[in-house]
Amino acid sequence: MFLNILKLSKFIAFVLGITFIIYGCKPKGIQSSVGGDAVKAYVPPGKYDEFYNFVSGGFSGQMSVYGLPSGRLFRVIPVFSVDPEKGYGYSEETKPMLNTSHGSVPWDDLHHIALSQTDGVHDGRWAFGNANNTPRIARIDLKTFRTIEIIEIPNSAGNHSSPFITENSEYVVAGTRFSVPIGDKLDVPISSYKENFKGTLSFIGLDKQTGKMNISFQILLPGVNFDLARAGKGKSHGWFFFSCYNSERANTLLEVNASQKDKDFILCVNWKKAEEYLKAGKGNKKSVKYAHNSYDEQKHMANSVIENEVIVLDPKDCPDMVYFMPCPKSPHGCDTDPTGEYIVGSGKLAAMIPVFSFTKIQAAIASKNYEGDYEGIPVLKYDAVLHGEVKKPGLGPLHTEFDGNGNAYTSFFVSSEIVKWRISDLQVLDRVPTYYSIGHLCIPGGPTKKPWGKYVIAYNKITKDRYLPTGPELTQSAQLYSIDGEKMKLLLDFPTIGEPHYAEAIPAELISKNSVKIYKLEENKNPYASLGEKTAKVERKGNEVHVYMTSIRSHFVPDNIEGVKLGDVVYFHVTNLEQDWDVPHGFAVKGANNAELLIMPGETQTLLWKPERIGVFPMYCTDFCSALHQEMQGYIRVSSAGSNLPISFSTGKKDPEPTKSL
Amino acid sequence: MKSKVLNAIALLMVFGILAISCSGGVQKDQKPIDVQELTKNQPEVHGTEVKDGEITFASPLNAEWVKSGQNTYDLKCLACHKLTEEKLVGPGWAGVTKKRNPTWILNMITNVDMMLDTDPEAQKLLEQCLVRMPNQNISKEEARQVIEFMRKNDGEM
Repeated sequence: MFLNILKLSKFIAFVLGITFIIYGCKPKGIQSSVGGDAVKAYVPPGKYDEFYNFVSGGFSGQMSVYGLPSGRLFRVIPVFSVDPEKGYGYSEETKPMLNTSHGSVPWDDLHHIALSQTDGVHDGRWAFGNANNTPRIARIDLKTFRTIEIIEIPNSAGNHSSPFITENSEYVVAGTRFSVPIGDKLDVPISSYKENFKGTLSFIGLDKQTGKMNISFQILLPGVNFDLARAGKGKSHGWFFFSCYNSERANTLLEVNASQKDKDFILCVNWKKAEEYLKAGKGNKKSVKYAHNSYDEQKHMANSVIENEVIVLDPKDCPDMVYFMPCPKSPHGCDTDPTGEYIVGSGKLAAMIPVFSFTKIQAAIASKNYEGDYEGIPVLKYDAVLHGEVKKPGLGPLHTEFDGNGNAYTSFFVSSEIVKWRISDLQVLDRVPTYYSIGHLCIPGGPTKKPWGKYVIAYNKITKDRYLPTGPELTQSAQLYSIDGEKMKLLLDFPTIGEPHYAEAIPAELISKNSVKIYKLEENKNPYASLGEKTAKVERKGNEVHVYMTSIRSHFVPDNIEGVKLGDVVYFHVTNLEQDWDVPHGFAVKGANNAELLIMPGETQTLLWKPERIGVFPMYCTDFCSALHQEMQGYIRVSSAGSNLPISFSTGKKDPEPTKSL
Repeated sequence: MKSKVLNAIALLMVFGILAISCSGGVQKDQKPIDVQELTKNQPEVHGTEVKDGEITFASPLNAEWVKSGQNTYDLKCLACHKLTEEKLVGPGWAGVTKKRNPTWILNMITNVDMMLDTDPEAQKLLEQCLVRMPNQNISKEEARQVIEFMRKNDGEM
């Protein structure tokens, strides 16, 4: 008997063993409750992802880049927040990027992403991000994955409905989340909100070739809270739609006072009309102050200019330019489908989803089918512009995306789910739970005329019990679902940085083929560059000491510096002489009160250092560069303020042999 | 006897499991992306192999080439190579045109990854210096001019 048990257990072990050895055709351990679908999110070692996913970093102020379907994090692009790891906002060259009319604002709250389009399709040139706190829009160059332009938005407080983009990248927009007093009367009682507080929408024109931003015009509007937006496309190209809440215009306890009305609004803006009025001189020039910062990729330097004029269009002088549509209730998302015919409003507090028809909107405008007006702006009749309502879809609809096959996918914050429904007959087709409290969602190409489809990604607000705990604050998170089949299927959970709000995804090839590998030394126009070790030097100018330094595997030139005194301000201008992909050098000096530098091949960056004590200070390369990386170092000597030691510098100088006394 | 039966059953079970488990593998519809291929339009380029006989020499030296070769050296080579025999990061250049065949030098400059993968002499140098000679993004023409400068450095007229 005992023997038999032994044999049996041997037999079982044998079966298990053999199975284990040959069972190698699928990654193990990912077959959870999703019944093997997780394998669709598995990207084997050495293989690339299908999509780049550009995800807003929320209160981190940055933009993050993931691969899909793997959910692997590739890069965090510093945008509105300083990043000591990369020297962004700390190096002399990048400091001006964060300049505003309030001085340097080294942080922000980046909520939404817009990728540039041509003919309504992603073109892979730029990504845009909004700053919700100190109103700004940033442009990121997708060749280098770097922020190359930031423009501040005047007459605005809280830039939330931004930076949504038109189908040929004519404009990105910025709408005020917080209305405030603007113009000459700024010091007013808060209780005079209805009378004195105004909202504005800004249309930021983009240069077709360079992408350079410029505020073409603003539209002055009643003091509501503009929330989200989406451009028309195809048949509705030339229009823009903005959701808004607080049509009650409350200025205190908004959770109650701004939720009184059954319906708030979606504002329809005819921006082609606005352009005509602008040409006809209907705009008023307003004196304002806003910063406009650009990064020159040949000089490797940012420059900040303070602009002081903006043109404002007032709907009073510009009839037929803007119309309100009633939308239940405190709408968040207002999303245009790929055909441009349907606009989906997502009333956060409504128990249904209203879908508006662009054709009906045009008919209602033509026949002046109004319910009345709101602060002088016509309000179209709800029933006249409605395609229909999705009945009882779930609780707390926030944001809708599209797969290009006539289906819409809406996130529901309160009931924690994604609901798939058909636009034509408004029937719910499928629903899938999210873990937990989804905010925004993303379908690759969802905002464009031709969605790439395949996946929907949920960006969640709560992750309790999904991940290993990390103290009171848990990771932010996203979830990937396949939408290939009839049913949505959960494939993957992946953690994200900051708080992910809006995101866009784009096929990898559209971007990877243009990805810059190095900056050519021959094209380096930085005035402080050292092009070759022969040009490296140290110069004193009054109390400024300029170190023109080169770095290459694995030494700095110069690496011994003397003659610096207390009270001096030292500028390290470091040029990376490498011309090889993926060989940045770091630069750090002991006691620096700012950050390190991270210098790409062929680039020059400058670190300011104010020594505050006497001694010899090491400097070194922080980014592992070769087997002799640990040897990549140098010393700088700081003497007393009254010292007469002249500036001297060297590299590789051998000490003279000490003379032997006979 | 019993154990033979058991083993047969075991094998059957194993193949059964295998047949089931392999039915849903990783999707193979993705063609692998070659980033080097994709990013061909970039300034950072790697040369192709230069064969013997592709470069010719003449005396006297081409003075213009010597000058532009020196400029390239100052910008991109001097950080690691001295003009004497002294080793810095890489070996000193004195005598290099006498010691090495010019095709070898040209390939080291423009196609260094191939050399470090296949050439025993290049591999020996890596063992001595422990830093891979970097691709400094130098074109074939520029590399030829650098060799002209090396010849001058080695005393040719």
